[in-house]
Amino acid sequence: MRHRNAGRKLNRDSAHRNAMLANLAVSLITHEQLRTTLPKAKELRPIVEKMITLGKRGNLHARRQALSYLPDKSAVDKLFSALSERYASRAGGYTRVLKAGFRAGDSAAMAVIELVDRDASAKGAADKARVEAAAENEEQAAA
Amino acid sequence: MAVPKKRVSSSRRDMRRSHHALTNTQLNECKNCGEVKRPHHVCPACGHYDGREVVEPANPV
Repeated sequence: MRHRNAGRKLNRDSAHRNAMLANLAVSLITHEQLRTTLPKAKELRPIVEKMITLGKRGNLHARRQALSYLPDKSAVDKLFSALSERYASRAGGYTRVLKAGFRAGDSAAMAVIELVDRDASAKGAADKARVEAAAENEEQAAA
Repeated sequence: MAVPKKRVSSSRRDMRRSHHALTNTQLNECKNCGEVKRPHHVCPACGHYDGREVVEPANPV
């Protein structure tokens, strides 16, 4: 019987699965949009929505609960500042999963998961800043 | 070991297979770029869904 066995196993043991979902949650909070397989996106959705709810609660206990799950402090800071303000008047449904075809190698169903009302500049912001800084350094070295 | 008693006739075999047919994939035209796309999927050509750009297109024209 599989009564009351909710959730997908995603072909991983529980530690591997929990670590992957925590990492995906940090990525989604940081970049506000990401492309993954449809089952992973659907597993990730309630996790991130619960994290945003923690951010909206906003007290120290909620912050410690978020820190105990998410492996990245800057993501938790974002939850409790920018995202809690953005979703103050929204009662749930903070994420959106869109189907995005099938992967070439294994025909896995792919999806784009994003935060509703997302900030498009957040995606890859750290990488863009790093590349720009490197370009500036080169210019200064050449000058 | 358990084995079939009688050979399955070609009629029986084909009747069994009458439910095995595959259906064609449904395709729609993208409202934004006119390319064919799967319904309820982000357009793989222009990255649009529901009237807005969701992801950057893979090969911008």
